[in-house]
Amino acid sequence: MHRYRVAIVGAGIIGASIARILSMYENIDVSLIEKEPDVGWGVSKANTAVIHPGHEEDPKSYPLRARLCKEGNELWREWVRELDIPAKWPGELMVFTSDEEEKAAEKYIEFAKVNKVPGVRVVYREELRALEPTVNPDALGAVYAPTAGMISPMEAVIAIVENAVENGVKLFTETEVFNVRVSANRVIGVDTNRGFIEADVVINAAGLYADKISNVVGVDTWFFIKPRRGEYLLFDEDVDIKPTRILHTVPTLVTKGVYVVTTVHGNLMIGPTAEDLPVDAREATLTTREGLEYLWREAGKILKVLPPRSRVIRTFAGLRPEPPNGQWLIKAYDSPWGFVNVAGTRSPGLTAAPAIALHVLEQMRSVFDLRLVKKEKWNPFRKDIVRVRNRSIEEIDRLVETNPDYGEILCYCRMVSKAEVVEAIKRMKAIGVKTITVDGIKFRTYAGMGKCQGSFCRWRVALLVSKYTGVPLESVVVKRGSYGVGDVKLLLRGRAAKGQG
Amino acid sequence: MSNLIEERYDVVVIGGGPAGIAAAIRATELGLKTILLENRDVLGGIPLQCVHPGFGLHYFKEDLTGTQFIHRFFERMERIGVEYITSAHVHSIEYRDYMEKVVNTITRKGVLRLYSKTIIYTVGARERTLFEIGVVGDRPDGIYTAGEAQTMMDIYGVLPGKDVVIIGSGDVGLIMARRFALEGARVKAVIEIMPYPGGLMRNVVQCLRDFNIPLLLSHAVISIAGKKRVEKVTVVKVDEGFRPIPGTEFEIACDTVVIAAGLRPNIDLLERLSIAIDPATGGPMVNELLETSIPGIFVAGNALVINDLADYVVEQGEKAAEGAKIFIENSGIPAEEWKPVKRGRNIRLAIPHYISGERSVTILARVAKPEQRVFVEVPEVGYKTFHMAVRPAEMIRLDLSKDALSKAEKSVTIEVKPIAYRA
Ligand SMILES: Cc1cc2nc3c(=O)[nH]c(=O)nc-3n(C[C@H](O)[C@H](O)[C@H](O)COP(=O)(O)OP(=O)(O)OC[C@H]3O[C@@H](n4cnc5c(N)ncnc54)[C@H](O)[C@@H]3O)c2cc1C
Ligand SMILES: Cc1cc2nc3c(=O)[nH]c(=O)nc-3n(C[C@H](O)[C@H](O)[C@H](O)COP(=O)(O)OP(=O)(O)OC[C@H]3O[C@@H](n4cnc5c(N)ncnc54)[C@H](O)[C@@H]3O)c2cc1C
Repeated sequence: MHRYRVAIVGAGIIGASIARILSMYENIDVSLIEKEPDVGWGVSKANTAVIHPGHEEDPKSYPLRARLCKEGNELWREWVRELDIPAKWPGELMVFTSDEEEKAAEKYIEFAKVNKVPGVRVVYREELRALEPTVNPDALGAVYAPTAGMISPMEAVIAIVENAVENGVKLFTETEVFNVRVSANRVIGVDTNRGFIEADVVINAAGLYADKISNVVGVDTWFFIKPRRGEYLLFDEDVDIKPTRILHTVPTLVTKGVYVVTTVHGNLMIGPTAEDLPVDAREATLTTREGLEYLWREAGKILKVLPPRSRVIRTFAGLRPEPPNGQWLIKAYDSPWGFVNVAGTRSPGLTAAPAIALHVLEQMRSVFDLRLVKKEKWNPFRKDIVRVRNRSIEEIDRLVETNPDYGEILCYCRMVSKAEVVEAIKRMKAIGVKTITVDGIKFRTYAGMGKCQGSFCRWRVALLVSKYTGVPLESVVVKRGSYGVGDVKLLLRGRAAKGQG
Repeated sequence: MSNLIEERYDVVVIGGGPAGIAAAIRATELGLKTILLENRDVLGGIPLQCVHPGFGLHYFKEDLTGTQFIHRFFERMERIGVEYITSAHVHSIEYRDYMEKVVNTITRKGVLRLYSKTIIYTVGARERTLFEIGVVGDRPDGIYTAGEAQTMMDIYGVLPGKDVVIIGSGDVGLIMARRFALEGARVKAVIEIMPYPGGLMRNVVQCLRDFNIPLLLSHAVISIAGKKRVEKVTVVKVDEGFRPIPGTEFEIACDTVVIAAGLRPNIDLLERLSIAIDPATGGPMVNELLETSIPGIFVAGNALVINDLADYVVEQGEKAAEGAKIFIENSGIPAEEWKPVKRGRNIRLAIPHYISGERSVTILARVAKPEQRVFVEVPEVGYKTFHMAVRPAEMIRLDLSKDALSKAEKSVTIEVKPIAYRA
């Protein structure tokens, strides 16, 4: 049985999904390589989190996107069950407020037919209001697509990676690929800041940086990525305006529309904007006054009542990795043999991720002529962290009985216990995270995601990181920087004094 | 059915800061079966981490640090034998009926169901965050609320940063500026959106002038930039409507931003009971014994209204305990009629919201804008005192006797009038 070594560059939703699919095979050894300290910190971290039905993809111009979007929507239903990922399936309403918008919206009924997206139809005033009472009464109607869903994208990446590692994938964090080595027109591995990693197949799933990786290999040299920023407003979970369905405006030539959604964690979220940035602005996830004002105005068109602006608990932005022609570049190359591009992963990349992973496998099979052997024991399941939140007091009491750390609440806003934080640290270590960050714990436990934004709990979480990793409190990494810069007593005594002590 | 630990009390006090401790001491002294619950592993609340003086002048007639101040109460607690639990998080409050509430509390030993006739709610305040004050830009590390920075420094001995910009010139911002300066950090500026400082004059002098820290009034931080850590902030001048004046932007290089942009009463658990809230204070509406709109639930300290002084917070705790005693003895707070306390000219907020006229009352009020040489008046009862100056940063206290209040018929109005004012 021939063994294949596969290196995946990038642990975003797409790299992770590919790793999971490849982990089903006995004779593939997968290395998942990520430059950040943790998985999912790229495009997959900040997006609208919608699992699109597939009726918005033009089947003529973007057939691959259309097909994989619809397939991805179906696959996610299974994946979220197997992997215990927070998700819901409320359906979506593309709300129109004028005759022109209604005309523009009708096109999607046609797309739905061709793409075989079930249940898509136009609903008018009364039915619209029955489906969604929070909608603006001036709305004329909407295109209703019942198969739309919402997911927690960051938790999805984490869950998929945990499952892939459980099935034998090796994750390398804080490992940046800067070269793909080719010899005799065959890929032989990747050069990283931590040295050379051998591989027979290299899969480029580097998100915003996928054009750089593709370019060093020298394939499809016309291809480049342009970042397109999307900003968001997130509201406190106590805000009582919470649409049940996913709502959005009708896409125009410039934008895909602004969404008004209730996230799987119960927060009202409004966004995104769509702003094209210079090619090199790949870390420009800043928010702008203009962007947030625009969102506020657009949301006013969709909602009957807007919540008070003072209830915004966070604003943030993500960058879409836009390819030059709107097409995903998903391709296995025979020259050099062993290279695979999964680049230009713009929306609906999150939706399509599981389908993209299967498609990549098919491409590899046909171009590389792989002889793959399925594992006898592949575990499709992964369980989420057991949480105090949203449990009855009787259930909480039983949890505390099993582990007293559940009885110690660190984060008031989201009601997160010490046990959950400790479990998150354990899981991060288990997948191979080297630097345990406070942000990594936030995404796994929600500690710090509530209205106080961590001002009550950050130090408590940092103290636990310090305790369980041996890193001094001041040096615990929050996101990318350390929590403090020094020790108060040390500053009083001077550095020399500490040296002597 | 379930084996939750159940106990019965007269008073359950939620939150072990100065308000809660004072309430628990007083209630115990009054012979009520009382328990105090605190989420952290220590009692003391905010003062525990305040190593600066300025506490106790009013209550003990002595200038103490926050730590000393709170330790005096610890000693009293011990003497009197107040029952308390730390590392106890109140999960929810259930209102069963007039004389029975349940406080569900998560502890390491399991969930406690505490049945109580009354509740005194003293969980303090929450700090406003960067996002609430509308700052845009990057979201790097190095951004702290004042309370978080203070906890890091004075409980855990960690210096948050070296080049600091502070947003907000209330007492909290001013005191933190000095705290950083004392630690050898460079405080680049304190930025205040209002045209006057938000804190006490003595703090402007002792915390900023003595340390040569610039105070920029009518200025706002509009954005933050930085990759890993904060690298700089953009500051802009604002007009009277707090709108940025185009062309006045400039940058300040720094590695740390401390947000001291105000506190909000933390009323999450009460909001779920649909309690009446005063938009002016952000806290519950209360009568003169600090009872909320839900019978037998009292509130004190920063959960009621943001106080300048821990001394006032202690008084409120004690008042609430006396209220609990009266409530239990009379199955409710006896009053012929509740008369509203109205806000007149230049009064932004006033506590309490209702009075009976049957008891003496201390009213706490804040003005909307600073004024010099004024009378603070309650026309209905003939109350009038002269003040050289009133400022939003300093609460005004009005001690109104039972006799004076008996003159009020329908309501009382608090107002501020300049000496030469003609209505
Ligand atoms: C504003 C916005 C809204 C969106 N809304 C939706 C939506 O509602 N529904 C939907 O389906 N899709 C949506 N998308 C699209 C979706 O988010 C993306 O398609 C998807 O996240 C792309 O995943 P990825 O794994 O390709 O990229 P990423 O998540 O960026 O993963 C790539 C990873 O590679 C790493 N990396 C990069 N270079 C290197 C290197 N040299 N060495 C090692 N590692 C490297 C990065 O750090 C990163 O972790 C949205 C996107 C944006 C920006
Ligand atoms: C930087 C700074 C400087 C100050 N300087 C001065 C000064 O010089 N002089 C002065 O007089 N005052 C000063 N103060 C103000 C003073 O500290 C406050 O007015 C006072 O602490 C408020 O008391 P409190 O009991 O209402 O709230 P807190 O002190 O905040 O206590 C509330 C307690 O409730 C607990 N709690 C919260 N939620 C729960 C729950 N669900 N279950 C159980 N427990 C819970 C919290 O852990 C906390 O211990 C200063 C404050 C700050 C931040």
